[in-house]
Amino acid sequence: MPKESRPLPRPTPETQHFWEGTKVGELRLQRCVDCEHVYFPPRPFCPSCSSRSVSIFKASGRGRLLSYVINQRPHPAWNAPYSIAIVELDEGPRMMSNIVGCDQTPEALQLDMPLEVTFEQMSDDIALPLFKPTRRAS
Amino acid sequence: MKSIAIVGAAETTDLGVIPHMSQIQLHADAALNTLADAGLTAKDIDGVATAGESPTAIAHYLGITPKWVDGTQVGGCSFMIHVRHAVAAIRDGLCETVLITHGESGRSNVGRGGNFRGGGGASSLPGQFEAPYGPVGPPTMFTLPVLRYMKDFGMTHEQLAMVAVVQREWASMNPRASYRERITVDDVLKSRMIAYPFHLLECCLVTDGGGALILVSGERAKNFEQKPVYIIGSGESVETPMVSQMEDLTSSRAFKVAGPTAMQSAGIGHDDVDHMMIYDAFAHLPIYGLEDLGFCARGEAAQFIWEGNTRPGGKLPLNTNGGGLSYMHSGMYGMYALQESVRQLRGTAPAQVVGAEISLCLGVGGMFGASGCVVMSNIGP
Repeated sequence: MPKESRPLPRPTPETQHFWEGTKVGELRLQRCVDCEHVYFPPRPFCPSCSSRSVSIFKASGRGRLLSYVINQRPHPAWNAPYSIAIVELDEGPRMMSNIVGCDQTPEALQLDMPLEVTFEQMSDDIALPLFKPTRRAS
Repeated sequence: MKSIAIVGAAETTDLGVIPHMSQIQLHADAALNTLADAGLTAKDIDGVATAGESPTAIAHYLGITPKWVDGTQVGGCSFMIHVRHAVAAIRDGLCETVLITHGESGRSNVGRGGNFRGGGGASSLPGQFEAPYGPVGPPTMFTLPVLRYMKDFGMTHEQLAMVAVVQREWASMNPRASYRERITVDDVLKSRMIAYPFHLLECCLVTDGGGALILVSGERAKNFEQKPVYIIGSGESVETPMVSQMEDLTSSRAFKVAGPTAMQSAGIGHDDVDHMMIYDAFAHLPIYGLEDLGFCARGEAAQFIWEGNTRPGGKLPLNTNGGGLSYMHSGMYGMYALQESVRQLRGTAPAQVVGAEISLCLGVGGMFGASGCVVMSNIGP
């Protein structure tokens, strides 16, 4: 088992809604009221048109595997190898995450594979959004 | 001389005790108020200066693609110095509309402490949205985009490995290079995996070292002992402090602003470049640089290197000191790339490119976060 817990985020006033969301199983994004641009990471204005009129909404939690590395270097909170990935959400924004629920190999981690969010409670205050391969409907 | 004026000025919405805003948002709040004061949006800004946070973090947070940045950080008078530097930059045509921001959560201490990589603790954006997923330094972050590039353009592991092979060939001619023994594609692919798909020999060295430069007017340069190397063009930009937020994982937006700006300001085309340096923290950097500056079409740089065009004797000698992969890499390698351009143009490089008159030197900062590009020549104006 890893020796330490992973470095956890300390939410700021502008990101509080995101981390409140992950605790109740919601991936929250923001949309500009004026130009409808959807963006991440959180901030109380639109990075596309500078409007301060923005809303928060619950994202689908679906995305695809855009790129990744499989880290072999030691990290106090992980047993290498593990994937560090960039996920592109169906709504457009991208985020770093880990791909869980499958082997950490190039064979199992296929680019563009569909993913869905899963939340892992790391402490009383923080649940992290991780992603797992979408199960095919049979 | 052209006069320069302040046309927007504002402070944060609140002053005093502001626990409901992090430090970067204090910068943004002041910036948004100032943009409104001037009747502009962030899209109108092409120059960013700031202290306390990095210009990369501020530009990305506000949605700005700058052609000029200044992160001079010398304490409380930084902003006076930013004004002075902005005057010179606008006067010289480096940019047209400069935003200088300040924000400091000095009392409430919310989200303080960014640096040039955008790091700075668990409340910074990289601290909240990248660090929890286990990156261990540049080998796990700078490398993240490359699988996307490989899939989109069909680049092979062998082609990526060839970048390291060619640079070792240059290093073998350089007595000061850290690694000089020739290697093969097979050697690279059999070296230890660091972060798939990157092997040890596709990652830069970790060494110690330093370098320095002195610049004077072209007028004065003629009176010095060394053959002058003239700066004939330059460019700069920043994109994002978080590699996961790159606009396009197969291309650097900062390269695409800095490179063409440098070449246009030098008044040169691709065929004019005799020698080139591209900061190679990892093997994919030269591939991105060659394409983003238009030396190769999209998806064709790996094959260009594979075919020997950047090798000794090739038509575009690249990273002729051996690069960060074989010469040295102390952490901020850009200085060594500049030193090699100077040696080549003085005619004193260990692996001298015969008759080199124009050298282009492309640097990167952070993980594709920033870029600076300098075009030099040994032919005086």
